[in-house]
Amino acid sequence: MSRPQSQAEYLARLVPPSVAGINRRSLLAGAAGTGALLGTGLLAGCGDDSGSGGSSKDVSLGSNQSDPKPKDVLVKVTDGFKTSSGVQVAVNTVDHNTFQENINNYLQGKPDDVFTWFAGYRMRFFAQKGLASDISDVWGKLSGYSDAFKKASTGDDGKQYFVPASYYPWAMFYRKSVWQQYGYQVPTTLDQLTALTAQMKRDGLTPIAFADKDGWPAMGTFDILNLRINGYQFHIDLMAGKEAWTSDKVKKVFDTWAGLLPAHQPDSLGRTWQEAAQSLQQKKSGMYLLGLFVGQQFSNEEQSDLDFFTFPEIDPAIGAKALDAPIDGYMMARKPKNEDNARKLLEYFGGKEAGDITVKNDPATLVANGSADVSGYTALQKKAAELVGSATEIAQFLDRDTRPDFASTVIIPALQQFIKDPKDIGGLTSSIENQKKSIFTD
Amino acid sequence: MSDLPLIQADRAVPPPATTTSTGGRRRRLRLLSRTDRVVITLMVLVPLLLVTGFVWMPAAATVLLSGTNWDGIGPLNEIEFVGARNYSDVVNIYPPFVPAVQHNLLWLAALFVVATPFGMFLAVLLDKELRGSRFYQTALYLPVVLSLALIGFVWQLLYSRDQGLINAVFGSSIDWYGDSNVNIWAVMVASGWRHVGYIMLLYLAGLKGVDPPLREAAAVDGASESRTFFRVVFPVMRPINIIVLVVTVIESLRAFDLVWVVNKGRNGLELISALVTQNVVGEASRIGFGSALATIMLVVSLVFITIYLATVMRENRE
Repeated sequence: MSRPQSQAEYLARLVPPSVAGINRRSLLAGAAGTGALLGTGLLAGCGDDSGSGGSSKDVSLGSNQSDPKPKDVLVKVTDGFKTSSGVQVAVNTVDHNTFQENINNYLQGKPDDVFTWFAGYRMRFFAQKGLASDISDVWGKLSGYSDAFKKASTGDDGKQYFVPASYYPWAMFYRKSVWQQYGYQVPTTLDQLTALTAQMKRDGLTPIAFADKDGWPAMGTFDILNLRINGYQFHIDLMAGKEAWTSDKVKKVFDTWAGLLPAHQPDSLGRTWQEAAQSLQQKKSGMYLLGLFVGQQFSNEEQSDLDFFTFPEIDPAIGAKALDAPIDGYMMARKPKNEDNARKLLEYFGGKEAGDITVKNDPATLVANGSADVSGYTALQKKAAELVGSATEIAQFLDRDTRPDFASTVIIPALQQFIKDPKDIGGLTSSIENQKKSIFTD
Repeated sequence: MSDLPLIQADRAVPPPATTTSTGGRRRRLRLLSRTDRVVITLMVLVPLLLVTGFVWMPAAATVLLSGTNWDGIGPLNEIEFVGARNYSDVVNIYPPFVPAVQHNLLWLAALFVVATPFGMFLAVLLDKELRGSRFYQTALYLPVVLSLALIGFVWQLLYSRDQGLINAVFGSSIDWYGDSNVNIWAVMVASGWRHVGYIMLLYLAGLKGVDPPLREAAAVDGASESRTFFRVVFPVMRPINIIVLVVTVIESLRAFDLVWVVNKGRNGLELISALVTQNVVGEASRIGFGSALATIMLVVSLVFITIYLATVMRENRE
């Protein structure tokens, strides 16, 4: 078992040296800076003389924000926390995927006091297993969150275990200039969408950019079709293993997808989402269903040319008001060394001030706290916030709404199989159902 | 005490007819001093402990865990045994398993039939002391120095459908890494690229060790180049040949890095090792199920190891 584990670590180390170098340098700079500040700010003596380094004046934070931009934002937020509370935050940044893959060992070992995580099934699972602490008292002091966010932070026992920080919606993105050039209109029904894709083909465009080499982007397509055809509650029940994958409802999702598949970019299984996004950026594709992070593949000048619409309605009885909008945020470990500071930090993360700092510094996400000053939003961010605000239900994304073993070892190969051979829906769904039964045993 | 055995040994020498083989062995043992005995005991015990602790215990634990549905969370005493269910699931309802076995076998065949003989061929060519053979040697060996993970990235630059070199040069639009009919071959080319260099170097070292008079004698007898190689050099190189064979089998069984870098061993690139990793490592933590896959891989490896050991031992006896 040790071999693959070191393999994963080994692969994680394959970050280009330039990036790794920046991380290390900025970490060192940060450490030096915090050291200097500690020297001046540490007036009160250590209350807790454990000698293990856990003084009452600091708190540790395990972060998966390894990309330069979000990492920088987090540093600014923790700086803000220190200014307001005097507590030093030791940020322990781990590569995003490595963090996610090692989360089981991390939480059972010696986790940091506070750690980054997502809302959804997995958050509730950790809460249920006692790997995260109840932070309902922190929620008592928070304000500005909508009920949807509070619901997304609540475990199965009705207590809160999660503080939402940011989120981003999934939608159909397109370039305004391209759509103006050809005179396209935003489709509001599936028929209009189909007609639009036919027109785009005639105009020499690939209607819908598509990539699924990494396995997860196609989950977004499945999710949105399922939400439009069967609604939010069915999505949740299906993900929880309560509904049968062999049901006609699921088959209809695959049928509809199979109908749209010819309008998608071909050979998607060898393409990364970045490459697909670039085909949109290069005006070769007409639209692309992805998260707000698609903007990363566009230059600053092109950002204002980027627009989106929510996936059109399929069933009028269901409507088009539900969508995937994964929420990122923070949780508290089961036995934090500095519990008081950890709660204070979580309260700060959920407060208006942290939200304001994030808005000012990161144009790629939306701030979860509704009381934050969002005047700094770009037009795209404003529209995205409105879209999510008007949503009746917010799903988290397939792999966050279900068991991770089911998502990664069953759904990813199954969806790739479907993309390869969209005809055998019956065989595919019964294969998923059989595997589901063996995984969802408790 | 320690003097006694020596005296007995001295006495035991004169009557050779009566000493049985057991007597002889006892004599040799008693010639060892106490330090020798301590050293020998340590030399046996330490590797034994290491092998037990780092090889046999984890292997046994894997086999044991393969009978459970442990998800990696919670104390060990909460583990539930499910019998052979994981194995029946692997075979009956896990779609990637059959392709994975096929791909492993295909991998072995490709390395054995194409890459290994080609590496040996290059070694024979380089052994001819061509001009610039050092350069060729370095160029061919270079991929071996790179990790397979890095090789995955290098070939990605060539294979990428939209931005790769191959499609750009030939104007084709083959989805090298994404099309499940093509990608296993594309990946095996990349893996063979490395394997050829490895085998070449091993074999070249062996060729340098062949006694020159053997070839001269063959030449004097009027044997052609190819006849000399197949009838004289190749048989003489038997130990190297066995090493090359073993290396080929090991490389094909542990093939992992490349497919993992390309697409985590999915969609046409399933290998047993990649399936084990998908299930055990990472967030999934299907430890019981993954262990069942690992056990199957262990059994497959054992087949090859047994064949190898049997061959080697039979040879020693002869």
